[in-house]
Amino acid sequence: MPPFVADKNYFELFGLPVTFDVNLTGLTERYRSVARETHPDRFVSGSDQERRLAMQMTAFVNEAFQTLKDPIARARYLLQLRGADPGSDTDTAMDPAFLSEQIELRERLDEACDAADAKARLGHLADDVAQRTQETTDALRIQFMRADQLDKARGLVRELQFLDKLRRQIGDLEERFG
Amino acid sequence: MVLLQISEPGQTPAPHAHRYAIGIDLGTTNSLVAVVRSGVAQTLPDDHARHLLPSVVRYAADAQPVVGEAALVCAHEDPLNTIASVKRLMGRGVDDVRRLGKTLPYEFSTGESGMPRLRTAAGEYSPVEVSAEILKVLKRRAEQTLDTAIGEAVVTVPAYFDEAQRQATKDAARLAGLNVLRLLNEPTAAALAYGLDKNPEGIYAVYDLGGGTFDISILRLNRGVFEVMATAGDSALGGDDIDHAIAAWIMQQAGIADDADHRQLRRLLRDARAAKEALTDATQTNLVIENNGATWKGTFSRAQLDALSDPLIEKTLPSCRRVLRDAGLTISDVLGVVLVGGSTRMLRVRERVTTFFAREPLADIDPDKVVAVGAALQADALIGNRGAEDMLLLDVIPLSLGLEIMGGMVEKIVPRNTTIPVARAQEFTTYKDGQTALLVHVVQGERELVVDCRSLARFELRGIPPMVAGAARVRVAFQVDADGLLSVSAREQTTGTESRVVVKPSYGLTDVEIERMLRDSLEHASEDVHARQLREAQVEADQLLQAIAVALAADGKTLLSDPERAAIGVEMTRLRELRDSKDARIVREGIRVLDHASQEFAQRRMDAGVKRVLAGHRVDELKLPGAG
Repeated sequence: MPPFVADKNYFELFGLPVTFDVNLTGLTERYRSVARETHPDRFVSGSDQERRLAMQMTAFVNEAFQTLKDPIARARYLLQLRGADPGSDTDTAMDPAFLSEQIELRERLDEACDAADAKARLGHLADDVAQRTQETTDALRIQFMRADQLDKARGLVRELQFLDKLRRQIGDLEERFG
Repeated sequence: MVLLQISEPGQTPAPHAHRYAIGIDLGTTNSLVAVVRSGVAQTLPDDHARHLLPSVVRYAADAQPVVGEAALVCAHEDPLNTIASVKRLMGRGVDDVRRLGKTLPYEFSTGESGMPRLRTAAGEYSPVEVSAEILKVLKRRAEQTLDTAIGEAVVTVPAYFDEAQRQATKDAARLAGLNVLRLLNEPTAAALAYGLDKNPEGIYAVYDLGGGTFDISILRLNRGVFEVMATAGDSALGGDDIDHAIAAWIMQQAGIADDADHRQLRRLLRDARAAKEALTDATQTNLVIENNGATWKGTFSRAQLDALSDPLIEKTLPSCRRVLRDAGLTISDVLGVVLVGGSTRMLRVRERVTTFFAREPLADIDPDKVVAVGAALQADALIGNRGAEDMLLLDVIPLSLGLEIMGGMVEKIVPRNTTIPVARAQEFTTYKDGQTALLVHVVQGERELVVDCRSLARFELRGIPPMVAGAARVRVAFQVDADGLLSVSAREQTTGTESRVVVKPSYGLTDVEIERMLRDSLEHASEDVHARQLREAQVEADQLLQAIAVALAADGKTLLSDPERAAIGVEMTRLRELRDSKDARIVREGIRVLDHASQEFAQRRMDAGVKRVLAGHRVDELKLPGAG
């Protein structure tokens, strides 16, 4: 069960419709307005009760913002709300196309590390991963418009989680070679 | 202790009653106190017009501790009893301190909970007590200047300070009789002081090199919002290390043996620092070193200083790279760089920072004072003298928090650079059939093995009913507050068993130890522990009663039904009676009951507040361009 405070989900907290597409600028402005209202700094001279509540509330507000800001976290949250949590798995054994893509990308990563032009290869790999991420996100957007296709959406979220993990690994390696 | 002014329930306090809250920069080398007066934040000088208070405390036998310049001049004569750079010891265990080795000419023994104690002629003191002495002097300075009692402060810490270091700082303030309104990160304080949020929205880097710590933070600033995007650093790297490098060079040049005594070492460090500072304005300086009766003379040039400092400045750059990467930015995204800390006066530091960020850094505000000034600005806002509604400081946790799991591995629960406050939970289970207890070991750090991370605390969750291995569902909840301080609780889900054991800090003071120190300190010697506990409980009861009275006056009619309002009224009356009891426990029970009875109301008020601010935003603001 995703966390709730006062029976609100993250979208409701910011007065947003429950959709995959979110206006990020608007979200940020609303986050700041709400955070200003609940932040513990406003209750420093208040009672223990007020301070405690402010802390819990702001932690929830921060969590809500971070979740809605990131497309992958947002997608996963939407699925959770509909009872179809994909978990943090990156296992997409369901889809052979995704599986072979994962194998191919991992192989390229391993080869890049051993190659003489490691840095350049990692750079290219990072670009490809970024492009795949964009394509998969677009596909996911379409899936979310079809309320009944949760399984497909779940698979796409797992794929995005895999790509994101890979992106971070490439980043760590680039730091080492850079 | 300062008693808060409590007005009659139902009446709001006089709006023009002026309270002061101070800002304190508790630095490795120097400490400062600042306050906002007539809308201007200024550091406060002592009777000799000195704003900087050397963070040095001398413990001579049969005498009161001496703090500041007076202690500093004795440093080289009486090194074992003159404690300098105590900040380096805050939140550290005896093993850490042993590793610091030759650089610290003190004698240590181990206290309870692994916390090192410094052995001095006047007794054994923990780093927390030593820091408290420094804070007491600053508190008194402010009280004398402002001619009023001061009980509240914002105290700064390096952004990269871990949980143990932060808790130690808060404990020191408590011992000094100060209520910490907020532990403020030094880079954020600097950004506040520079007022960079008044510029159009922008990304700023704050490069803070102090005597003993280094912080680099990336902030996004915009109209009252200070959002820390990422922070990195080294809480054991600073100008002191450059002093040591220079001292080592001098020893080599002057033929002074490696096993020089403590006095000689302190004198050399003093000379090294003087030479370093002289080279800010000159290209060469003369050295005159006394060594066992003989005198050695030499010169120290800017080129030599640069050569000695470069490896240390170099060590700050990986953190700068990492923080940009963590923030998802490149150097060209950074609009401005702010220099903080006395060590950034060094020309070589400025050169290398300019090269790295490809721009001239901002250093108009005295780098020694800027942090205290920022702290004073926040202190003023927090006690309500200025528009606190305008300021939003969004800081982050600098190091990942995790738990030890089977195999000595770490399971990360809260990743670094997560905005605080934050609450996260995770479920764990037992590994043996019939296991009835879980040892929860909380660590902080980025590595995968527990041994490579910093141990924060351990506690046991007992009373798990015996089950098959893997059947128990233990939910461990982490909560990090706005000061970066952690609370952990654990609960076995199938039975509802909550952790009943007190968290034992790995390197900190337990509440029992602090109680004892408070009892031992002169200010409280005349007062009974029970009397103080009763007084504290009564103040808290009065605070709660007043807060609810104000809330009822504002929203009681709109948010509560008549019966609900009556129910709260009953508990308030009850607490007003209980509050006059002679037993702190009775008062606390009354507080607990009223707290529980009014919780729903408090939640509704907060929700109403959120609704109000959102009502100011129109729904169609959020339509995407081209959407139907």
